[in-house]
Amino acid sequence: MPNRTQLLDDRAIGRALARMASEVVERCGGTDGLVLVGIQRRGVELAARLQRLIEQSEGVRVPVGKLDITLYRDDLQTVGPRPVVGETSLPDLDGRTVVIVDDVLYTGRTVRAALDECADFGRPRRILLCVLVDRGGRELPIQADIIGGRASTVPGDRVDVFVNELDGRDAVELVRGEPK
Amino acid sequence: MTAATALGKDLTGLEYLSADQIRLILDTAEPFKEVSERPIKKVPALRGKTIVNLFFEASTRTRISFEFAEKRLSADTVNVAAQGSSASKGETLVDTAKNLEAMRIDMVVIRHGASGAAQFLGQRIRSNVINAGDGKHEHPTQGLLDLLTLRDKFGRIEGLKVAIVGDVLHSRVARSNIWGLTKLGAEVAVCGPASLLPRNVEQLGVTILPRVEDAIQWADALNVLRLQLERMQGGFIPSLREYNRVFGVTTERLAKAPKDLVILHPGPMNRGVEIDSDVADGPHSVILPQVTNGVAVRMAVLYLLAGGSPDWAGAPGRGEDH
Repeated sequence: MPNRTQLLDDRAIGRALARMASEVVERCGGTDGLVLVGIQRRGVELAARLQRLIEQSEGVRVPVGKLDITLYRDDLQTVGPRPVVGETSLPDLDGRTVVIVDDVLYTGRTVRAALDECADFGRPRRILLCVLVDRGGRELPIQADIIGGRASTVPGDRVDVFVNELDGRDAVELVRGEPK
Repeated sequence: MTAATALGKDLTGLEYLSADQIRLILDTAEPFKEVSERPIKKVPALRGKTIVNLFFEASTRTRISFEFAEKRLSADTVNVAAQGSSASKGETLVDTAKNLEAMRIDMVVIRHGASGAAQFLGQRIRSNVINAGDGKHEHPTQGLLDLLTLRDKFGRIEGLKVAIVGDVLHSRVARSNIWGLTKLGAEVAVCGPASLLPRNVEQLGVTILPRVEDAIQWADALNVLRLQLERMQGGFIPSLREYNRVFGVTTERLAKAPKDLVILHPGPMNRGVEIDSDVADGPHSVILPQVTNGVAVRMAVLYLLAGGSPDWAGAPGRGEDH
């Protein structure tokens, strides 16, 4: 029986997102040319929340896009079932500062795919990576620029992010896998 | 190496798919529509896959549509036309395919004049086989793109009344439409000269409407079939003019319809024979959206057969590797 522990509750997620929103603006030197791009599925919700938080503090509604990386994965043949392909809709990326938003950063393969996909849509001036949870375990030389929180995990563990819009509650939970 | 996918190994006809499998293809086609609108109309999903387009019959639209679909998924493609290939030197279909397979291909898209050719081939080679039209049997991707176009227009297939008008006898498009539409819960009628309706067509679950005026009164959408001039050696109709006079879909006839009918045509059109130009170019024609949707539907089929198996659960995906 795998055990499940809560890493962040709704209030902690709220605080983390508020801090991440101001870090995004700080790192980008304001909101000029800033574009948030959420990775399907929960990255899209998190990007929308960052957009609202930035609007509250800066009074500017920055453009938001969504990205589905399914068609850019490198494992069509090797892994099991995957979600049906979701929607991709991106604003103009040329010359912009693009902040890719995702819920969990783990192997880095999703981000690798997202970078490839962004490159097919335009030439951003700069791309930053913003994640709610960094759980370590990278398989590629990729790091996040803005991080909500860190979790120390081993292969077999799972980090589940729940967002109100899809799951009815906000939480980050660590599910320990069976020891190998 | 070719594993069973959500669709099985081959796509030979809509007769052999379940309603869920058909819906899956249509749903998968949705995001692929958007890929063709991107500045770089290409995604790497089928990178490294080799696909042979094996066309034993003339085709422009279907072959180009498949080729675009393949290229937009980053597959490598080779086109083989019957003329100028070793088929014209007497090589059998299976030998041709086995030779291609010996060059390590992954998929074959085949059009052939013999009904059942795609299935026959699929049972004899390991590669995935996609039927791009076999004799008078089926043209499943055309049926799928018609379904997608109707669904775009009406928001549903279930309960729609669709009349298939014209040369049903020689039409694989008609057969794929009948299977697909009835499986998804539409009502289907066929309409055409008695000499151009297959015997016992009612057994496929369709109604026969003898007059095109009846079809226009009854239907939500008309799928106007091409009068297959190249198959018309058998004296099925007195003349093209006579056909147009009795069965042509004309503005005058449509004006008497109780509602605006959506007009589909699989192309290529014989303007002034089965369909008038004003109708083909009119506001209710979806003939060009059909062509656009053809690429998306073929991308979806290629993607699903290549192993892009979806999560049936339908719950928001929780990716394991971030």
